[in-house]
Amino acid sequence: MTTYGRGLRGLSLATVVVITGALALVFFYAPLDANQGFIQKIFYIHVPLAITALCGFVFGGVLAVIHLRTGDRKWDIRSYVAIHMALIFGIGTLLTGTIWAKASWGHWWVWSDPTLTSFLIVMLLFATYQPLRFSIEDPERQSRYASVFAIVAGAFVPLNFLAVRLAQAYVHPRVLTLTGGNLPGPMRLTFLISLIGVALLYTTLWKYEMAAKATRMQVRALRRTLLGEDSVSPLKRSAAPS
Amino acid sequence: MSVFAIAPALPLHAAGKYVAGAYIVFLALVLIYVAIMASRLARTERDLAELQRDVLAQRQSAADDPHRTGREREPVA
Repeated sequence: MTTYGRGLRGLSLATVVVITGALALVFFYAPLDANQGFIQKIFYIHVPLAITALCGFVFGGVLAVIHLRTGDRKWDIRSYVAIHMALIFGIGTLLTGTIWAKASWGHWWVWSDPTLTSFLIVMLLFATYQPLRFSIEDPERQSRYASVFAIVAGAFVPLNFLAVRLAQAYVHPRVLTLTGGNLPGPMRLTFLISLIGVALLYTTLWKYEMAAKATRMQVRALRRTLLGEDSVSPLKRSAAPS
Repeated sequence: MSVFAIAPALPLHAAGKYVAGAYIVFLALVLIYVAIMASRLARTERDLAELQRDVLAQRQSAADDPHRTGREREPVA
């Protein structure tokens, strides 16, 4: 078992339990919103996905800083997987957000809303991460350039978030603020459990992906050790670190 | 107080399809990811089985050929 595989079973079980609990709370405990009614239930999946995706991008940037400081390729792999997972969660955020927008505002997309548009910009920015990696053939340069990109793009995320918060003309609901927001107790509890569930899911999938990558690398290294260098086929050009 | 005792009834009006759609999207994303990971796991298992076969074949050929050098006859595991 690789380092990443340790504790994966317990983490997976915890994720399933918390997400199941969160779904039960969403549909059987949290009261209906006075303004939006049943549609507001999307909030409990959409917002945790968005928060986790944005934190995942920043996490990828932090891991990239460690990679550049240490020069150890394992940090590049960790950063790559963190951004990869955050992109998947970001796609989930966009899809659930457009469904909510259609139900709430009657449009799939509202370009005048800073939150929507800024999130799309962040997603498009990180969508270039994989092509950037793929465009560089030398693995050493690839990992170094990708780390620089991850740091700059990761730093853009909180700046972007702050800029949107300071924007006055918005139509996006503001339910979470530093002063406590306007979520009543049962809704707040449900939201927090949902957020913990989605964060656990991110962590589980990150560890799962890392364990899979580490295992593949170990099999390759074992083949090289046991059967010689010639037994290992050359790696194909890839965006993923190897 | 039981959680379910204070639960509001689920309304089945027009909003239901959107809420269902959002949660199905979430579930579908997780399922697609798990399916992709399952196929990668199967590939890793195939690679491992192939490696085991190759190592066994190498051991067999080393045992059959007495003229091989000592290094080649070294146990591989």
